[in-house]
Amino acid sequence: MSGIFDGIKVADFTHFGIGPMTGRYLADHGATVVHVESATRPDSVRTSPPFRDGAVGLNRGGFFASLNTSKMGLSLNLKTERGVELAKKLAAWADVVVENFAPGVMVRMGLGYDDIIKVNPALVMISLTNLGQTGPYAGHPGTGTVAQAVAGLVHGMGWPDRGPVTPFGAIPDFVAPYFGALAVSAALDQRRRTGKGQYIDLSQFEISSWLIAPVILDRIANDREAVRMGNRDPHFTPHGAFPCQGDDRWLTIACTTDAEWQSLCQIMGRPELASDPSFATLKARQDNEDELERTISTWTRERSAHDTMHLLQRAGVPAGVVEDMAEIYQDPQLEHRQHFPLVDHPEIGPHRPQGHGVRFSETPSEIKRAPLVGEHNEEVIRGLLGLSEEEYVNLALERVIE
Amino acid sequence: MLNGYRILDLSDDKGLFCGKLLADMGAEVVKVERPGGDPARMIGPFYQDDPHPGKSLFWFAFCQGKQGVTLNLEEQRGRDLLKNLAAKADAVIESFPIGYLDSIGVGYDALTEVNPTLVYTTVTPFGTTGPYKDYKGPDIVAMAMSGYMSLCGDTDRAPVRDSFPIAYPIAGTEAAAGTVMALFHRGRTGKGQRVDASAQQSSVSLSANAPAFQDINQRRLRRSGQFRGELLAAIPERQVWPCKDGFICFAIYGGATGARVNQALVDWMDSEGMADEFLRGIDWKALDMSTVTREWMEPVEDRLGAFFLTHTKNEMLQGALERRLILLPVYDMTDIINDPQLQSRGYWMDVEHPELGRSITYPGAFIQSRPTPVQPGKRAPMVGEHNREVYGGWLGLTVDEIDALKQQGVI
Repeated sequence: MSGIFDGIKVADFTHFGIGPMTGRYLADHGATVVHVESATRPDSVRTSPPFRDGAVGLNRGGFFASLNTSKMGLSLNLKTERGVELAKKLAAWADVVVENFAPGVMVRMGLGYDDIIKVNPALVMISLTNLGQTGPYAGHPGTGTVAQAVAGLVHGMGWPDRGPVTPFGAIPDFVAPYFGALAVSAALDQRRRTGKGQYIDLSQFEISSWLIAPVILDRIANDREAVRMGNRDPHFTPHGAFPCQGDDRWLTIACTTDAEWQSLCQIMGRPELASDPSFATLKARQDNEDELERTISTWTRERSAHDTMHLLQRAGVPAGVVEDMAEIYQDPQLEHRQHFPLVDHPEIGPHRPQGHGVRFSETPSEIKRAPLVGEHNEEVIRGLLGLSEEEYVNLALERVIE
Repeated sequence: MLNGYRILDLSDDKGLFCGKLLADMGAEVVKVERPGGDPARMIGPFYQDDPHPGKSLFWFAFCQGKQGVTLNLEEQRGRDLLKNLAAKADAVIESFPIGYLDSIGVGYDALTEVNPTLVYTTVTPFGTTGPYKDYKGPDIVAMAMSGYMSLCGDTDRAPVRDSFPIAYPIAGTEAAAGTVMALFHRGRTGKGQRVDASAQQSSVSLSANAPAFQDINQRRLRRSGQFRGELLAAIPERQVWPCKDGFICFAIYGGATGARVNQALVDWMDSEGMADEFLRGIDWKALDMSTVTREWMEPVEDRLGAFFLTHTKNEMLQGALERRLILLPVYDMTDIINDPQLQSRGYWMDVEHPELGRSITYPGAFIQSRPTPVQPGKRAPMVGEHNREVYGGWLGLTVDEIDALKQQGVI
């Protein structure tokens, strides 16, 4: 056995970010994952940039290709009765169903958990939404880009003298899949031990609030409202991004102890600052933070960001370059960890989707390219679901599969 | 769901959330700390701002539901005890500097010698291998090195991280997923393994499609303030908008969804006399976000922005709910704890803190599941609170033996 989820069958009724990435977590670790969409109603990310050579095409999108690695593609028209019937067969076949439709959509198709378990009692099913399956806002349409607003993540990003800025993308969309993978794995393990299935209702709002739980408890227990602080931190100073040589180059430096601050003073060639009463203690550094940041910036400004990071880290001072999107592909650490494995895609060509943040010593992830629209229709319908050739041809003729 | 598993949590602030999640799902998680208390107990904020090891809200949040034992790893007898505990555990979580536990004889090799099927999880800034493995990586450094920070912030200032640190909760979640995946694999094959989580790597995915832009188009997306880079449109478009008493998040979409939402918003504006002929005349179905220009978008954004300024966050929320707009207000912590959606789902739970003479309301289960609910446990342990239960229950030590170990400074 090579993959953790070898032999586990997953019906993946997902689109956009949160659902596909959850299914992908299972697929890259050995599960057989069938991603369901259709040519007329494709996963909306298929119509989103970037496209290879800028030419729009359902199979040319780099974002879809990185969110749906290692899956099989089934294009099924769920607007037809027979399409839904086939979807039910797939759900009956599956060990796990992953879906991120708006609450109620799966139920209306007869694909709700309570329907499926009549024929597949040990099913593990996860529904991922913005705000959850129940409650007054449950039916509200949305994406992670607005879920992060109610989750407090937007409020915290930016400078105290200005309004908040946008966290790029949508933080909960890309964190919820880790919670989803955790929940599904735990449910599968429970099923392995007890034979019982599980239904999991995941709300982006709820998982995101846990990420910032200490800040929420501060509001509840101390009645203190959280404020955005740019790059400063209530507990550590200095703590920020400092300008370096070149255009828009920045180095983060964070001293989490007095000892780290003293080392920074040595490296900057300013040992006298370490004993200067204006900076000797955390409290003093906080009181004089503007001046402190000016002093550090004066030192960093004419220096290379990378060289300075290495210099500081070797002296035990936490420092990290603000790497841009080109640099993460050249980062020697990410390269060593093989974070961006190379795959070859028939329309996109060679490209490098992301790996995962966890490495397994005995069961490494194996990342294969994402499917084309409907690429595995026959393999799924005849091979996995066992329909006859005649039935398959009829489904194609009736455009149930497309 | 994880009932019956025993997890040893040796981690510091970087890994605490991992064990917390496993405890929520039913595992017996024992936080092992040094005599006198774990350094993470001194991470703020503190209850009533009292910097006391029994009052850290950070510790409260991320050690809820765990048992707590003390153990002195500087002593050989402490290391022996750790091996005895590891022999009884299903998984160990640690986040020490790389090589530290090996150097004192209780690293992966030593613990798997006493427990060959152990799942051994590490949560570190950059992973346990590679050129940066020994580099320090507090939240802001992990966010910077993941690339995500380069995409956030105003263009005329430095890139920013979120002021509420999330890099280690994120890495801890992925580590928890990895731990359970490894337990599942162990259950099927009888084999344990190492689970090696990197905070830098866990946060790369936050950059959404920006890495793909770089990879296949060699286009380097950058931060653009309250605008969003090219997520679904060919141009940066406004995502964060000021309203009467704060901010909201909303973006103009194309396609069928966009046509419905944009028209519903214009109809709302029209009903309040704030949609002019220009706005009413737009054919939203024809809007193609892959070819839209800033010149087209600007006069639209000007009009929407003027409308939002006439309404409060709550009015915008209510209006969005009625009209199914993909729009939500920018909540602060007060808004979050007062939110009707979370309340109606029973999200909040009261956790008793007898030492403080009160209970504190916490966020509740991170998922709702059935038939097996996720149930966060009691308040985080006090220093050495469960020494007797764990050393007695796991290792069969008598009360006298435990007291003797305590007197000798081993626990």
